[in-house]
Amino acid sequence: MTATHSSAGSAGRRPRGAARQNRAGLAFVAGYVLLLIAFGILPTGYAVYFAFTDAGGTFTGFSNFVTTAQDFRFMDAVGHVALYLLFWLVSLVVFVVALALLLHRLASGPVSKSLRFLYYIPGALAGAASVLVWLFMLDPTVSPVSSLLGTLGFHTFGEVIAPGNLALLFTIVAFWTGAGGWIVVIYGALNNIPQDVMEAARIDGANAWQTAWRVQIPMLRKWIVYMVILAFAGGTQLFVEPQLLSLASVGVAGRDYSLNQLTYDFAFQMNNINGAAAVSVELLVVSVSAAAVFVARSGFFDAD
Amino acid sequence: MTVNMPSSSSARALGRKRAALLAGCAATVLLTVTACGGGTASTTTKDGFAQAPQKDGALTVWVDATRMDAAKLYQKQHPDVKLDIVSYDGDANGSNYLQTKVQLFNRTGKGWPDVVFSSQNNEASWAVEAGFAAPLDKGLLPSTTLGQFAKGANDVCTVDHTVYCLRNDLSQAVLWYNAPLLKEFGYQVPTTWEEYQQLGEKVAKEHPGYLVGDAGDSFTPEIYLWASKCGANQITGPKSVTVNTTSEACTKMAKLLDVLIKNKSMSISGVFSTDFAKNEADKVLLMPGPAWFGGAVFRDGLKVPAKQIAVAPMPQWQGDSSPSTGNVGGGTWLISKHSTHLNAATDFLQWVTTDNAYQGEKAPGFPAYAPAAENWLKGQEASGYYVGDLSALKNASTQVWPEWGSGQFSQEAIWAATVKPGLTQGKSIVSMLPAWQDSITKYAKSNGYKVSQ
Repeated sequence: MTATHSSAGSAGRRPRGAARQNRAGLAFVAGYVLLLIAFGILPTGYAVYFAFTDAGGTFTGFSNFVTTAQDFRFMDAVGHVALYLLFWLVSLVVFVVALALLLHRLASGPVSKSLRFLYYIPGALAGAASVLVWLFMLDPTVSPVSSLLGTLGFHTFGEVIAPGNLALLFTIVAFWTGAGGWIVVIYGALNNIPQDVMEAARIDGANAWQTAWRVQIPMLRKWIVYMVILAFAGGTQLFVEPQLLSLASVGVAGRDYSLNQLTYDFAFQMNNINGAAAVSVELLVVSVSAAAVFVARSGFFDAD
Repeated sequence: MTVNMPSSSSARALGRKRAALLAGCAATVLLTVTACGGGTASTTTKDGFAQAPQKDGALTVWVDATRMDAAKLYQKQHPDVKLDIVSYDGDANGSNYLQTKVQLFNRTGKGWPDVVFSSQNNEASWAVEAGFAAPLDKGLLPSTTLGQFAKGANDVCTVDHTVYCLRNDLSQAVLWYNAPLLKEFGYQVPTTWEEYQQLGEKVAKEHPGYLVGDAGDSFTPEIYLWASKCGANQITGPKSVTVNTTSEACTKMAKLLDVLIKNKSMSISGVFSTDFAKNEADKVLLMPGPAWFGGAVFRDGLKVPAKQIAVAPMPQWQGDSSPSTGNVGGGTWLISKHSTHLNAATDFLQWVTTDNAYQGEKAPGFPAYAPAAENWLKGQEASGYYVGDLSALKNASTQVWPEWGSGQFSQEAIWAATVKPGLTQGKSIVSMLPAWQDSITKYAKSNGYKVSQ
C-alpha cells in the first residue's frame, strides 16, 4: 500500500485520491491500534512493571517470581495445565483435522451444510454458558446421559469430578466448545487446495487415505500450526472451566487447579497483585516462546 | 505537496508519531483517571478512623438475594432515605466477590459500597487489613447496642479488640430430628455422641437407608469436629493460628463419622447436592446442623412438611458437662471506612441488625442480637412448622466452643478440596486427618499466618 502511495506521488497523478486512501486506511487501522494499545500493550507493560516491583513500587528483581514459584500450589498447577494442554492439543489436531476431512469428503449436498452447522453450534455458546451445560451433563442426578455415566461407573457428581478425571473433563468441555469453529476454518482451508492438485492425486491412483495423508494434510500444515498456536495460548489460560466446576462442586474440584486460578487467588484472595502479575508474565513468556518455536519450525511466514 | 503526499518512510514516521500521540493520550487518560480517583480530600479523624468528607446522596447497600427483603423493608419504613440497593452473591460458596471488588476499588480510589452484607464470617480478617471495614465500637455504635448481641456473636468481627462488623445471625449447631419418624421407629433422641453412634448402628441394621446425619458438605468439620473440640483452627492472633487435627478430640469424632459413613447411616452427599435432594430428602431421621438448617434445608430445600422437624441439644461426649457446638456460617454486616454517608450507613446497620421489624419477625436465621432473637423464636414457634419448642436453639447460642476462629483462609474450601474427594473414593476420615492438617498449614502459611501445632 505504501509503495502505491509513493509511486502515485512521484508520478504526480491521483494525488488527492491517494491521500484520501491513505487517510481512510489509517482511520480503519486507528481504532484497532488504539484498542490494542489501551487493552493489549499498556496492560501488558503494566503487568511487567508490577511483576518486577513490590506493592510500594520499589524494584524487586525476580523476587515475585521466586515467591510465587515457591507457593505450594504452583508446581501442581503447572502439572495440571501441562497435562490438560497435552490432552487438548492432541485431541484438537487429531479430531479437528479428521472431522474436517470427513466433512470435505461429504462436500456435496445438504449433509455437509447440516454438519457444518452442527459443528459450529457449541462454539456459538459463550464459554461460561457452555461450561454450565456440561455441569448438567456431568451430574448423574440430572444428566440426560445419566445411564451412560452409570455404565461408566459414575453414580454421583462427586465421583465424576474426582481429581484424576479433571484434565480429561476440561478437555472434553474445551473440545466441545472450541473445536467446531476450527473444523469450519480447516474445512475452508481444504476448499482452498487447488482442484488440479486433487485431480492429479486422483489420476495418480491415490485413495482417500493417501490423498488425505500425502496431499491434504501437508497443505493444511500452516492452518494446523495456526490452530495449535492459538489453542496453546488459550489452553495455558485455562480458567473458566475449573472455576465454574469449583463453584458448582462447592470447592471440591478445581479451586486452584490452573495457573490462571492461582493468579486470581494471588491477586484477590491474598492481596498479592505483584505475585499475580509475575505468574501472568510467565504465562505470556511461555505462550510467546511456544508460538515462536511453532512458527520457526513450520515456516509459517514463508511465502508460498 | 510532500506534506500532502508523504513518501513511504515519512508516512511510517507520521504513523509512528500518531501512534506515539495515541499512546500518550491513552496514558494521559489513564493517569488522569487514576489521579482523580486516587485523590483524597481532607479527612477528619472521628469514631476511631479517618473519615471521608460527608456528603448528601444515595446510600449504597450491597445485599445478597436473601437480605434483599431487609433492605426493601428499611426503604419502606424510611421513605426519606435515598437508598441504592445492589444485589450481589453475598460471597456464597467462597466466591470472594466482595474481597475482589474491594481490592479493585482500593486501586481506583472509588466505588466502595457504604454498607455491605456478607454470608462469610471471615470478612473482618481481610477487610480490616484492606482498610475497608470501619471500626464500629469507637463511637459509631452505642455500647448498649453492642452489649446486647449474644455472647461471642461478634467474636468473628473482632480484630485486635476492635469490632469491625456486626453479626447478622448466629449459626450454632443443634440436633435436628424428625419427631414422628423417630417415634414410629421407637428411638430416643441421643444426648451423648456415644448414644448417637449406637443409634446410627441400630438404624443401619433396622431401617437401612435412613440417615442420622450428613458428612458430605464443606461445613462438615464445623458441625462435627468443632463440636468435638478438635483444635484444627484456633486463631490466636491477627496472623497466627494453631492447627492440630490429630488430637484425641479430633480422632474420636472422625472414628464415629467413619463408622456411620461405612454403615451408610450417614450420607456423604451433602444436603445441598442434587443427589441428596433426589434420593435422601425423605430419609432424614436425625441431622446435626446449624440453626439455619430449619428454614433453609428442611423447609425450603428438602420440603419436609410441617409438624415433623424438632430441635434437640447437640450431643456431648460422655463425661462432658455440657454440649459444645460449632458455628456454621452466619452473615455479617460491614460499614465502609470510605463511606461519605456515615450517619445514614450507621442508621441502616443498626436497624438491620437489631430492629424487630426485620430481625425479630422476618429474618430467616437466628438473630445475633439477643432481644430480637427472643422475638424471632416466639415467631418461629407460633409459625406451626416445628414440633415442640425451640429452646435448644437459644441454649446452643451460648455453647459455641470459642477455640475455633475465622481466619483469612477458608476451612470449608480446604475440607472440600482435601477430605471430600477422599471420602468419595471410600477413604476413612481418620486416615485423612494428617493430610487435612498439612493442607490447613499450607494454606495458612501462604496467607501469611504463623502456624503452630
